[in-house]
Amino acid sequence: MTPALQIKGVSHSFGDFTALSKVNLEIKPGDFTVLLGLNGAGKTTLYSLVTRLYNNVSGEINIFGYNVRENSTSALKHIGVVFQQPTLDLDLSVSENLDYHSSLHGISAAEAKVRIKDEIKRVDLEDKLNEKVRSLSGGQRRRVEIARALIHKPKLLLLDEPTVGLDIGSRQLILKHVKTLCKKNKLAVLWATHLIDEIDKGEKVVVINKGKILESGEVGAIIKKTKTKNIRESFNKLVGLK
Amino acid sequence: METIFYFRCFKGIVLREALRFIHQKERFFSALVRPLVWLGIFAAGFRSVLGVSIIPPYETYIPYEVYIAPGLIAMIQLFNGMQSSLSMVYDREMGSMKTMLVSPIPRWFLLISKLLAGVFVSIMQVYAFLLIASLWDIIPPISGYFTILPALIISGLMLGALGMFLSSAIKQLENFAGVMNFVIFPMFFASSALYPLWKIEETSYWLYYVCFYNPFTYSVELIRYSLYSQINIEYSIGIVIFTLIFLILSIIGYDPARGNLQKKGGKK
Repeated sequence: MTPALQIKGVSHSFGDFTALSKVNLEIKPGDFTVLLGLNGAGKTTLYSLVTRLYNNVSGEINIFGYNVRENSTSALKHIGVVFQQPTLDLDLSVSENLDYHSSLHGISAAEAKVRIKDEIKRVDLEDKLNEKVRSLSGGQRRRVEIARALIHKPKLLLLDEPTVGLDIGSRQLILKHVKTLCKKNKLAVLWATHLIDEIDKGEKVVVINKGKILESGEVGAIIKKTKTKNIRESFNKLVGLK
Repeated sequence: METIFYFRCFKGIVLREALRFIHQKERFFSALVRPLVWLGIFAAGFRSVLGVSIIPPYETYIPYEVYIAPGLIAMIQLFNGMQSSLSMVYDREMGSMKTMLVSPIPRWFLLISKLLAGVFVSIMQVYAFLLIASLWDIIPPISGYFTILPALIISGLMLGALGMFLSSAIKQLENFAGVMNFVIFPMFFASSALYPLWKIEETSYWLYYVCFYNPFTYSVELIRYSLYSQINIEYSIGIVIFTLIFLILSIIGYDPARGNLQKKGGKK
């Protein structure tokens, strides 16, 4: 089976500062993978390389077999992204924002209308379609961004700290929605976070710290390997937190 | 990727820019007030100081207001080009630029679409200005309202591409304010917008050359000639060359492999 995302030996530097060092990572279709790391661990840099906002000059990044550097059009077609920073246009309505995204992926107006209706329904915001994004709460804006990321039917969803700054209710709602999508639609998900309570049993976790992957595997396996009681202790032990 | 996908993408980018423009009414208002202040106050005060002899494309003596009208039209486009780039720096800082840059449509196409969307907005501003300017008896031949259109497209593209290149080279929004002062004002004043080049040549030879090689002069003169349904080959060729240079620079500036984003993002 072709991996949804395959990262091989990727490094990246900002001047003298090494943000990523020989990172290897593989996600299969239908996998929900948590990229766990503290702030500044290199998560956003990794996302910027996968989405080709930055150019990867070392190693290789493939999305469903397409190299992002050599075949970026085919590679980017398969990705849906929710960035750490909010990226909706506050002065436009929800539907105008979603229409804009559809056009960026070459979707026809008629098709976009159907898809927008479906996706916005899934995040339970049908009644907000004509409202300006500025009037929405932080949690609602995030849900709109998730709906937007799915309009072009990607097979790989990348979310960079999507729940930061949200209340517990909104966090749980978003997490549950994405995990359901993953199971039902065989969507591959890479969920970057520093919030350990977002990880459930049986999920795959990749621990990143100072640009290096320290450990990777199923939650139980990491706990066993690090000889700790839970994933929080494993993480603390791996990154050297007391 | 199919051609229709490109068309839909282009349509979406232009529509978004138009929607933003409609929602930001104060932007439209200020874009019009600026040249009208120049026309109503500056030109009124200077018409008795500056005498303009008969120069092409004019066939007779003209009031000073008529002389500076093409310069003010180019000023609308200059401000619009810079403002649209300012919004790109803002979008990049705020993150919304990323949405566009991760589209599977090639980046050069996205950037040119964004530029053309800005040009479209500036053309709406220019026609609104021409309508109001008729109150000052600035009434070109009817054909001029049509022949000015291609000149506005190429001039808008050039000024927009210059702004886009600058936006790719600027890291923070705060830095852009400085560029506005160092780019907009020198470009505007060191051009043929407010005074003919021969008058500048009489005053200072080196300043004449600065004005002559200023890309903004080419915008002003192309618009001046086209407003009277005439074409000046020298300025037309010049503006095409400047447009291509700025376009290539801005596309390189936003190319993840070569451009300024890469320099900001990490070294090779």
